[in-house]
Amino acid sequence: MIAPILEERKPSIRFQPGQSGTIKCESASISGAVSQRACVYCGARVVLNPITDAFHLVHGPIGCASYTWDIRGSLTSSSELFRNSFSTDLQERDVVFGGAEKLAAALDEIAAVYAPPLIFVYSTCIVGVIGDDVEAVCRAAEKKHGRRVIPVKSPGFAGHKSMGYRLACEALMTLLEPSHDQPAAGGINILGDYNLAGEMWIIRNYFKEIGLPVVSTFTGDASYETLLRAPSARLNVVQCAGSMMYLAGRMEEEFHQPWVKASFFGLDDTASALKKVADLVGDAGHRRRAEALINRETERVSRVIEPYRPRLAGKKAAIFVGGGFKAISLVRQFNELGIETVLVGTQTGRPEEYEVLSRLVQPGTVILDDANPAELETFMREQGADILVGGVKERPLAYKMGIAFCDHNHERKMPLAGFAGVENFTREINLSINSPVWQYARA
Amino acid sequence: MLELTPNTLAERSALRINPCKTCQPVGALYAALGVHRCLPHSHGSQGCVSYHRTFLTRHFKEPAIASTSSFTEGACVFGGGSNLRTAVKNIFDVYQPDIIAVHTTCLSETIGDDLNAYIMELTIPDDKYVVHTNTPSYVGSHVNGFGNMMAGFIRYLADARAAKNNRVAIFPGFVNPGDIREIKRLAGLMSLDCIMFPDQSDVMDRPMTGDYEMFPPGGTTIAEIQMLGGVLQTLALGEFACAEPALVLKSKCQVESDLMPLPMGIAATDRLLMAMSALSGQAVPRELEDERGRLLDLMLDANPYYHDRKTAIYGDPDTVIGLTALALELGLRPRYIVTGTPGELFTTRVKTLLATYGREDCRVKAGADLFELHQWIKNEPVDLLIGTSYGKQIAKAEDIPLVRAGFPILDRYGHSYNPLVGYQGGLRLAEMIASALMDHYDRTCADEDFDVVM
Repeated sequence: MIAPILEERKPSIRFQPGQSGTIKCESASISGAVSQRACVYCGARVVLNPITDAFHLVHGPIGCASYTWDIRGSLTSSSELFRNSFSTDLQERDVVFGGAEKLAAALDEIAAVYAPPLIFVYSTCIVGVIGDDVEAVCRAAEKKHGRRVIPVKSPGFAGHKSMGYRLACEALMTLLEPSHDQPAAGGINILGDYNLAGEMWIIRNYFKEIGLPVVSTFTGDASYETLLRAPSARLNVVQCAGSMMYLAGRMEEEFHQPWVKASFFGLDDTASALKKVADLVGDAGHRRRAEALINRETERVSRVIEPYRPRLAGKKAAIFVGGGFKAISLVRQFNELGIETVLVGTQTGRPEEYEVLSRLVQPGTVILDDANPAELETFMREQGADILVGGVKERPLAYKMGIAFCDHNHERKMPLAGFAGVENFTREINLSINSPVWQYARA
Repeated sequence: MLELTPNTLAERSALRINPCKTCQPVGALYAALGVHRCLPHSHGSQGCVSYHRTFLTRHFKEPAIASTSSFTEGACVFGGGSNLRTAVKNIFDVYQPDIIAVHTTCLSETIGDDLNAYIMELTIPDDKYVVHTNTPSYVGSHVNGFGNMMAGFIRYLADARAAKNNRVAIFPGFVNPGDIREIKRLAGLMSLDCIMFPDQSDVMDRPMTGDYEMFPPGGTTIAEIQMLGGVLQTLALGEFACAEPALVLKSKCQVESDLMPLPMGIAATDRLLMAMSALSGQAVPRELEDERGRLLDLMLDANPYYHDRKTAIYGDPDTVIGLTALALELGLRPRYIVTGTPGELFTTRVKTLLATYGREDCRVKAGADLFELHQWIKNEPVDLLIGTSYGKQIAKAEDIPLVRAGFPILDRYGHSYNPLVGYQGGLRLAEMIASALMDHYDRTCADEDFDVVM
């Protein structure tokens, strides 16, 4: 079925060759849309969830807690606490009489059994509507138990996923504020990497080799203790710009830390990120070590991916991911492999990112914000895409259409960041595009 | 993994840890996917439907399509009426389903949206339908949401004045497409002309054709739901999912129902076939008797491996009751039986079942969570876990073999194609259980006990 495109959706889509003007984005989804996009709570949760030794207590009915139970794919080197699901499981009587008392009781029960250094309390859609004063309950619990209890006011309807990112960043600032005054350390913080499949570990090791210690990570494999050291770092390196630019800005205001955007997806982006950071906080020695690492790894990875090139060259890719910054890296990465991007879209891209994308792709490439499956289907078909890069909801759509797929979201099992990530990405693209199944499926 | 789970049980009245249920709307969404050319619609924030679709996609490895009213702050203040109007218009314009099945969310319930009134005021194109059900997320679980959505379809569509027909309604319960196919096969072999409602086969298990269909060929048709008003009888499988819709059909259209457990294991499958036989007047054919015999044969062959093995079963109430019945038939020793869905009817049903086999030495709990189950297991271990993927953390922490059955299964492929119901489902479960226990034995036994022949 080729679905017509809703009038209201047209400003968010560019599909005529040479069509110019800006992409409408950062707006609410249209009622009735089969949106691929999530809510404020989801945005807040994905940013904070990787903090390994925090209690993530979801204040609301059970759904919001159960849908986010151990799905993030972010790995830990220490506590596994964050992989449990904690909720107040609000019932009808709580909705009628208020849930604040139950929340306070839940916090008491947590304190009675565990000694958590840090508790995040996420308020979901109905909590504001039923009038629970979550902030007051958190303040009281913080005093009573001597632990940080930080409210994350994230009702689903208060904007979309990006608003949740911002609220999570605010919660992180609330956490960091008491650690304001610290002697400066030599290293850097990495913001916006969630250690999916161990990606943070790869990046951290690069900086270790260069001689730049990573002080704190937001929030992949982070813990309460490591987060508190963050204000002492000299530079914030922002990987997922969508979720963490706001935090970088706030940290610059409060702690006078400069920040820089850096992508670790693809050979070129990883190399320029490492060099950029070495130049900003290092000396000639750091720069030299960065270049040695880049040369060694680029050469090694190029050798590994060389045999795949003829199998991938000339293929056409479609990209539909969460943020614009990642989409930009992916287009570049496909270019490196000789694969043309014929469709690119995001859930929460920003205007300036769409500008970059427009310049990066060939004329005729479809660019779209907050797409629905019908639009993805229509344009993938029209554009003759061979592979789709996306998340869990897009996977079966692609397969049903006979299009290969690569998960670039929570469900990736192989790290796709850094030089090792380029190897894995190439292998994944190849195994899906050149799967033996297709020869039977496309008879 | 999960070494944080303390052995000492602490009374919890407010804190839910590692739930064994989720909220009503996702059940409603799944039920609505079992109606032909239906677009499920979530009346609430856009995050709900994103989570539900993701959850269903993770279980079925299939696209799960649904739309949302996309509430903003304005909708929370002024009500979601205009969101619904816009949504319905957009949906019929663009996606062109035959019917939209609206379910509410905790948000739209709490702000007091009156869906009856909203839908009455809608302009709905000719030959198109909009139905709704109320699914407050803070009541019951996804199982109730499933039953409530079925009841919603019946309230709007089942025709009390429909001509009497010779068909039988089958409510298959909250099961997989593979189960529905099996129930249809059984009905076919029993010469029963049935209306399966809902029917997610050929929706959530579509073959790969190179074409994506937003509305796949499967699903109960609107005409069939209307005809439910004139059927001979309803066979409602699974009390927790199907009691409500069976009751609504009876009160609206005076259709009697036979409410029975999911046909899992020997006795429950016998029970369904007897009911089918009474309706069609046809004896159980040789083919099915042979299937039953083969299941019995396997049960006997593997009996020493099942006998008295301590077992924990968890998941949705109907599924858990079905699995418990089968476990008892196999000779397993149920030790902990839990569901996250609240309601004491569950404990009553399970205890009755246990008493039949003299196996009362078992903890049974409704409204439980998996953290509590884990604590019980830490204090007194079991040999076998049967349930959803969410038990895998307990299985790994305690080194207990896990047989995956129920909803959701997020970490294995192919499970939704194959049945748990009927003798075929029993055969499959019996094999899975024996293999899990024997694999575990092989992996952990001393070298001198390790044998090629078992």
